[in-house]
Amino acid sequence: MSLAAPAIDRPRPTWLALDKLGVLVAVAAGIGIALPFALFRANRIVPGEAMGLFAALPLHLALLLVATLIGGFAAALLRWPAHLKLAVGLVVVGMLFVLAGLSASHLTPDGDSFARVSPGAGFWVLAFAFALLVTDALTRLALRPWQRVAMLLAVAAAMALLLWSGLWNDLSMLREYANRAQSFWSEAQTHLGLAFGSVAIATLVGVPLGMVCYKFAALRASVLNLLNIVQTIPSIALFGLLIAPLAWVAAHVPGAKAIGISGIGATPALVALFAYSLLPIVANTVVGLVGVSPAAIDAARGMGMTRWQRLLSVELPLAFPVILTGIRIVLVQNIGLTTIAALVGGGGFGVFVFQGIGQTAMDLVLLGAVPTVALAFAAAVVLDALVDMTARGTRT
Amino acid sequence: MIEIDDVSRLYDGRAVVDQVTLTIQPRTVCVIVGTSGSGKTTLLRMINKLVNPSSGSLRIDGEDIAGIPAYELRRRIGYAIQGHGLFPHRTVAQNIATVPGLLGWDRAKTRARVDELLELFQLDPASFRDRLPHQLSGGEQQRVGVARALAAKPNILLMDEPYGALDPVIRAKAQADLLSIQRKLGTTIVLVTHDMEEAIHLGDTIAVMAHGKLLQSAPPAEIIARPANDFIADLVGSSERPFRLLSLSRVGDHIEPGTASGAPIATTASLRDAYAELLWSARTALPVTRDGEIVGQVTLAALARLAARPQ
Repeated sequence: MSLAAPAIDRPRPTWLALDKLGVLVAVAAGIGIALPFALFRANRIVPGEAMGLFAALPLHLALLLVATLIGGFAAALLRWPAHLKLAVGLVVVGMLFVLAGLSASHLTPDGDSFARVSPGAGFWVLAFAFALLVTDALTRLALRPWQRVAMLLAVAAAMALLLWSGLWNDLSMLREYANRAQSFWSEAQTHLGLAFGSVAIATLVGVPLGMVCYKFAALRASVLNLLNIVQTIPSIALFGLLIAPLAWVAAHVPGAKAIGISGIGATPALVALFAYSLLPIVANTVVGLVGVSPAAIDAARGMGMTRWQRLLSVELPLAFPVILTGIRIVLVQNIGLTTIAALVGGGGFGVFVFQGIGQTAMDLVLLGAVPTVALAFAAAVVLDALVDMTARGTRT
Repeated sequence: MIEIDDVSRLYDGRAVVDQVTLTIQPRTVCVIVGTSGSGKTTLLRMINKLVNPSSGSLRIDGEDIAGIPAYELRRRIGYAIQGHGLFPHRTVAQNIATVPGLLGWDRAKTRARVDELLELFQLDPASFRDRLPHQLSGGEQQRVGVARALAAKPNILLMDEPYGALDPVIRAKAQADLLSIQRKLGTTIVLVTHDMEEAIHLGDTIAVMAHGKLLQSAPPAEIIARPANDFIADLVGSSERPFRLLSLSRVGDHIEPGTASGAPIATTASLRDAYAELLWSARTALPVTRDGEIVGQVTLAALARLAARPQ
């Protein structure tokens, strides 16, 4: 068909046209409806009893959910404007979250503190499908960095409101939380301390190391190869391998014990997380600096900037978005990796994960895993926004 | 005055610049022409110590630059390069204020200077000051690059193929602007190019280089009329010689009495433009106007005499 020839068959109106990703969302959601919405267990470790949508919820709420899901299907399948898809997607996800809590209240016999209700496979698949719809709509809206952060804050606020309202209090995960409220927050603190602390130290060491590698090309290959090898050590092995040398340091280096160095606990965790963080930060610093336009550097030299002025006011600012991308990778990675710190007594959300695995109590595993995932996700959104904000002019 | 005295630069034992001696008079434009690999850029970069000579010396106003710290010397010399080299993360105003910032000028003085330069380069300060380089057209970026080089009022401006990335129309405009600014400020300009046309248009002196050696240094008319060797004659182009010679003079300097008919030509136009107009409109004479008033004519016969090889 030539470019000039007019299209002969009239296309369907755009709002009626099918959306390709939407088909995927709809198929996933269709499967989600068929799967059990909630799991009921008489106590926290016996196998669960699957509850379909209509068994898990009072009739009027089940019908409400079905009606909402039909709207969700339409929003997913049809080529509606992105903001409309976003709104419908958010309503469906919000509804799923609220109803998950209500189903727990509905299924738990009054006054029974042993029974456990947790969201079933159907809930997870539905939530995943419509979360996909939401993220797809967000991508299409191409929000500005601060808008994305505002969006994140709004979602966090809604989540906080949901938790504060007590709607979820009958859900098994919250029951596990209720038993451990105090240790939950102290482990949260440890978790954040380890993840952010290790990234901060890695940044303080890695960026200057990257700058040195950039200046002395001969050093570059050996340093990056060494860090590459560190990166390939399995994380559990690295955490374990550090116990012996650090115990030796604690025992033999004067003052080491006084500042908290020991074979188990936070020290090996921090050291291991730091070691894993170095490669992305050093590599991105080098890549960022190498990528600075040679013309800009030549102009900086030719106008009489000293070596330091050039580094501080031209090279580092231009490389900064790339360096920050490295820090983002490491931060998200370490928030997840910190869960393993619990293995060597380092604390953090991993404590609940490993306790839960030990007791075959999946709800306890979730109590450790869900906050970890949420934190990693939030860190990714915030740092991506920062990267975009600092990249002004350096990318077009 | 820039005195380049028997300067060589060796890389791995090979002379990239080979015993060049050249004096550049103050307040003139010296264009260094050569093919790629001729050493012209290296020679230019020795003037602000981006490259240090292996032997020989360079003096600026009698002072040997070997004794001046490189960063200090460079802040006194403007530097503009091909592809402009603007800092992409800084606004137009911040870019222009680079050297004043290095010299520690106060804020008000810097700001006034930035606006003055933007106006000099016909960029409205209010709308351009806060833009980022990627928001400018190629021609605007190039003008900001030159404005930045002139920010701290240097006596000397070094330009390395400044117009290499511009299209012909914008390049012609940029060249005309540069000449008028040079006359206004009296800056000594050393410009490197591979384009003989550009050299003839801009240069008071043309220095031709090949294989690291300076082959000839002379005013454009002499380079055209008496090239020192075949290489230079080739650069000038034998079929272009008469037209290039004509392009060096203005109509205003060759007015004859008489009244011709048809569309007039301004005194500021080059003789080459007048010649082209005569041929195109099939006339033998053009009326000449100065400020809208007919002041005489320019004839085909006179142009033919002027385009002939000087005796």
